[in-house]
Amino acid sequence: MIEKGTWLVKKGFAEMFKGGVIMDVTNAEQAKIAEEAGAVAVMALERVPADIRKAGGVARMASIAKIKEIMDAVSIPVMAKVRIGHIAEARILEALGVDFIDESEVLTPADDRFHINKHEFKVPFVCGARDLGEALRRIAEGAAMIRTKGEAGTGNVVEAVKHMRRVMDEIRRVQTMADEELVSYAKEIGAPVELVREVKRLGRLPVVNFAAGGIATPADAALMMMLGADGVFVGSGIFKSKEPAKMARAMVLAVTYWNDPEMLLKISEDIGEPMPGLEIGTLEVHMQERGW
Amino acid sequence: MLIGVLALQGDFREHIWALQRLGVEALAVKSLSELEKVDGLIIPGGESTSIGRIAQVTGIGERIVQIAKEGLPIYGTCAGMILLAKKIVDRPNQYTFGLMDIIVQRNAYGRQIESFEVYLDVARLGKLKAVFIRAPKIVELGKDVEVLASYDNTPILVQQDNLLASSFHPELTDDLRIHEYFVKMVADRHESVR
Repeated sequence: MIEKGTWLVKKGFAEMFKGGVIMDVTNAEQAKIAEEAGAVAVMALERVPADIRKAGGVARMASIAKIKEIMDAVSIPVMAKVRIGHIAEARILEALGVDFIDESEVLTPADDRFHINKHEFKVPFVCGARDLGEALRRIAEGAAMIRTKGEAGTGNVVEAVKHMRRVMDEIRRVQTMADEELVSYAKEIGAPVELVREVKRLGRLPVVNFAAGGIATPADAALMMMLGADGVFVGSGIFKSKEPAKMARAMVLAVTYWNDPEMLLKISEDIGEPMPGLEIGTLEVHMQERGW
Repeated sequence: MLIGVLALQGDFREHIWALQRLGVEALAVKSLSELEKVDGLIIPGGESTSIGRIAQVTGIGERIVQIAKEGLPIYGTCAGMILLAKKIVDRPNQYTFGLMDIIVQRNAYGRQIESFEVYLDVARLGKLKAVFIRAPKIVELGKDVEVLASYDNTPILVQQDNLLASSFHPELTDDLRIHEYFVKMVADRHESVR
C-alpha cells in the first residue's frame, strides 16, 4: 500500500533543498535563468518583494496563469505564496499541484489570529519565523520547513541575521537546560513542550531551516550559511540586480562554498551591481511583524 | 576505509549519519582534493540540475567520471541516480556523469503531492520502507545492469559493476541495509586494491 503526503514525504522533500538556493521569479524566462544557474526551486510570484513593498495595497496569491506559466517552464520544484491564514488560497494551489506552499508575511495576512492548519494538506508548507517559539508554533501547525523572516524586499541582510542568530542562540540555550526547565521555557516562548524536548534532543530544529529576507549578494548568502542556515531564499536579490544570470550562478556557488574564502573571493569577483538596499529605520511597513 | 558523500547540494548530511551509524568513517566531499581521499562515493538526493551544474563548473564531475571508470564504487540516490544515468528523457542538454547504462525520466511519478512511501520486497535484503520524492524512473536499461528491486514493474534499485543506484531515499529512514550493502561493495574493493 502506498501513502502520499505523509510527514516523512513532506519533511524529506525539504531535506533535498539543503545547501541550495530558492529564487523568486515572476515569469517563465526568469524561471529558466534560475534553473540554468542551479537553483533548487523557484518561488512563483506576480511581483518580487521589493515591488510589492513599492506598490503597497493588498498583496494576494499570484494569478493561476502566472504560476502555470512558471510550472510549465522548468523541471525543478515550483513554490508559491499564500496569505497567512488563507486556507482557500492554499487549497487552490494544492489542487494546481505546486510543490511547496509558502504561508508568507510578504503577502497581506488574511487572518489576524490564526495560521493555516498545515497538517490537513498533502502539499508541504514553509513558514517564516523570527525566533524559536515562532518556528515551533509553525511546526506544530504542520510546517515542513522554516525560514527566517528577515525583512523582505530591502536588500538589507541585518534582520535575517538577527532572526537566525536568535533561533540558534535559543537552540543552544535549550540544549543546556535541565529537563525540568523545559515546561516553563516552552510556556515562556509559546511553543509545545514536545517540540522543545525534540530540539533539546536533536540540537537543531526538527525541520530544515533556511535564511530569507534581504539577501542581496553571494557574501550575504555565505554569511547566512556561516550562522547555521541550511540554505537560502533569494527574493528580489537576483532579478533586481543588474546582471541576474551572473548573480544567480554566484549565489548557488556561495551557498556550497560558504566556508572556503578563496572560492568566495572568486565567486564574488564578477557579479555586476547588486540590488539597491533600504535602511530598516526608513521603512513604513515591517513585513516581519505579520504572523502570530 | 573512508567513504565520501558528495556535498555540493542535497541531503548529504543524512547519508553521512547513515554511514556513521554503521561505524564507517565518512567525509563530505566538495573539492577535488577531498575526492582523492575516498574509497567510495555516495551521490545524495537533491536537485540533479543544481548538483550537476556545480560538479560541472568545478571540474569535480569530470574527475568523478575518471575514478568511476577506474572502479571506484559509487552509489546514487534519486538525483544521484539521475546524475549516474547516460541519458535523461526529454532533457538531452542536462549534464550527467553518463556512467550507467540506464535512461531515466525525471519526476516520473508526478509533482510533490504524488510523492509517496511504500513497503517493498528487495531480493537478498527483504522487506523495507522506500521513500519516493519527485522520484525518477528507469525507462530503459542495458544488459549489464542488474535489477536488485522493482516496484510496479519498474526497476528502482540497480547495479552495474561498481555502480549502485536507487530512485528512492534509504537515507531518510532508519533502515541501514542498503547503505550496508554499499559499504560492503566498497570494503570488497578496498581489500582487493590493497
